[in-house]
Amino acid sequence: MCRNGTAGLLLFRGGCIPMNHIISIRDLSRTEIDHLIDEASCIQSSASIDQSLKGKILALLFFEPSTRTRMSFEAAMARMGGTSIGLDSVEASSMAKGETLADTIRVVSGYADAIVLRHPKEGSARLASEFASIPVINAGDGAGQHPSQTLLDLYTIRQSMPLDGISVGLLGDLRYGRTAHSLAYALSLYGATLHTISPKGLELPGSITDELSKKGTGIVEHRDISEIIETLDVLYVTRIQRERFPDSASYFKVASGYRVTPELLGSVRKNLIVLHPLPRLDEIDPRVDQLPYAQYFEQSRNGIPVRMAMLRKVMG
Amino acid sequence: MKRDARKGLLINPIQNGTVIDHITGGEALNVLKIIGITGTTTESISVATNVESGKMGRKDIVKIENRELHKEEVNRIALIAPNASINIIRNFEVCEKKGVEIPCILIGVVRCPNPGCISNTNEPIYSKFEVLPKGLHCLYCDWIITKDITSHLI
Ligand SMILES: Nc1ncnc2c1ncn2[C@@H]1O[C@H](COP(=O)(O)OP(=O)(O)O)[C@@H](O)[C@H]1O
Ligand SMILES: [Mg+2]
Ligand SMILES: [Zn+2]
Repeated sequence: MCRNGTAGLLLFRGGCIPMNHIISIRDLSRTEIDHLIDEASCIQSSASIDQSLKGKILALLFFEPSTRTRMSFEAAMARMGGTSIGLDSVEASSMAKGETLADTIRVVSGYADAIVLRHPKEGSARLASEFASIPVINAGDGAGQHPSQTLLDLYTIRQSMPLDGISVGLLGDLRYGRTAHSLAYALSLYGATLHTISPKGLELPGSITDELSKKGTGIVEHRDISEIIETLDVLYVTRIQRERFPDSASYFKVASGYRVTPELLGSVRKNLIVLHPLPRLDEIDPRVDQLPYAQYFEQSRNGIPVRMAMLRKVMG
Repeated sequence: MKRDARKGLLINPIQNGTVIDHITGGEALNVLKIIGITGTTTESISVATNVESGKMGRKDIVKIENRELHKEEVNRIALIAPNASINIIRNFEVCEKKGVEIPCILIGVVRCPNPGCISNTNEPIYSKFEVLPKGLHCLYCDWIITKDITSHLI
């Protein structure tokens, strides 16, 4: 209605100049997602030295601990000849002195060409985009959005198969696991069929299943992964957090039913790929790592070309 | 004012101001809240609640002296009283009559129920909700308020 299809551009905000923010996967159209994935694959296959962001400065504002996302954005920037500056810790930052995020963003807008933000509050990246005069990329806002993860998930799938009409199993905590929510949404743009397998109480929220079914996405709930494993093109595994259970005994009891083992993968489709946003705990048996289906380390490596494509989109 | 007079007029006529009629029964006080009228503001207000109404069973009426409501104020009312009619009174006469229209975006009207939402911090922003058929959608954290909107009024 009021939100325009372009990333981060909110029309009702009077006087705002359209800018290339990447805040939520939902702000991107299928064409824009395809474009980013194409760009990432172009970047990955190119052998020449990339200097496309030479002279550009990226501000990494991480108000919450993150090693991988931060390192991969930094590496992505370096691979295009750019420089990164950033906060080292929340304690050392202005937030500890009580400065608002709005002020920090206005100040940092004067130092850099783009901002990558990780912040504990949901909606913080949207707020940042309202105060920034440079593009903002959301690298996780609390329990909220983390669009670069979804893009690299899609990218990894597309390395193995076309995205259209595939059959995807979502396994684990689908209630609190926001990576699964965003991925489910993005896959619905490509006509995927979703098979959900989760413990009682950790099912995909009704608001999401309703929304996606209304759009014509097939969503089938299963109690047991073995019912469906043989028909899947992709198995996306998410962490079941111990904190969701009253004690570790009940956690282990439940989690063992959602564990991916070589035995479970005995008669799957030849091209099945198993993905996981990492870090994993016990969800995937380490013996699975040797099987051709295991693509989660590849998936995490793909964070570099995908984040390069994102940085280039906003600054290039 | 004749009809009212026969039933025993609950409220005196006003010379200038606004009459909000056909408010969903029982919602008058929330209507006042939503347009920012509290015990500390200076307007002279009359409220009639659960008055019998041919059209809607029971309705509430609010009369505000010497104040003509703006369009934005009026449209907020639609959230809790979609059938309300706004009558602008000048010199004892109804000189303008309009319905209420549900707005597209609500700025600073409701508080986001998500404690983790950035709009519930000391940042210099107003809450911002998009009005969708299924409820109010927080444009910061994506929460959706589906029921009991009045309990979230700021
Ligand atoms: N001068 C006034 N002072 C207070 N209330 C008034 C005045 N004139 C009209 N009203 C009230 O405003 C509402 C709308 O008035 P009117 O247009 O005459 O009636 P209706 O909408 O029921 O056809 C009614 O509730 C009426 O009692
Ligand atoms: Mg009447
Ligand atoms: Zn919110």
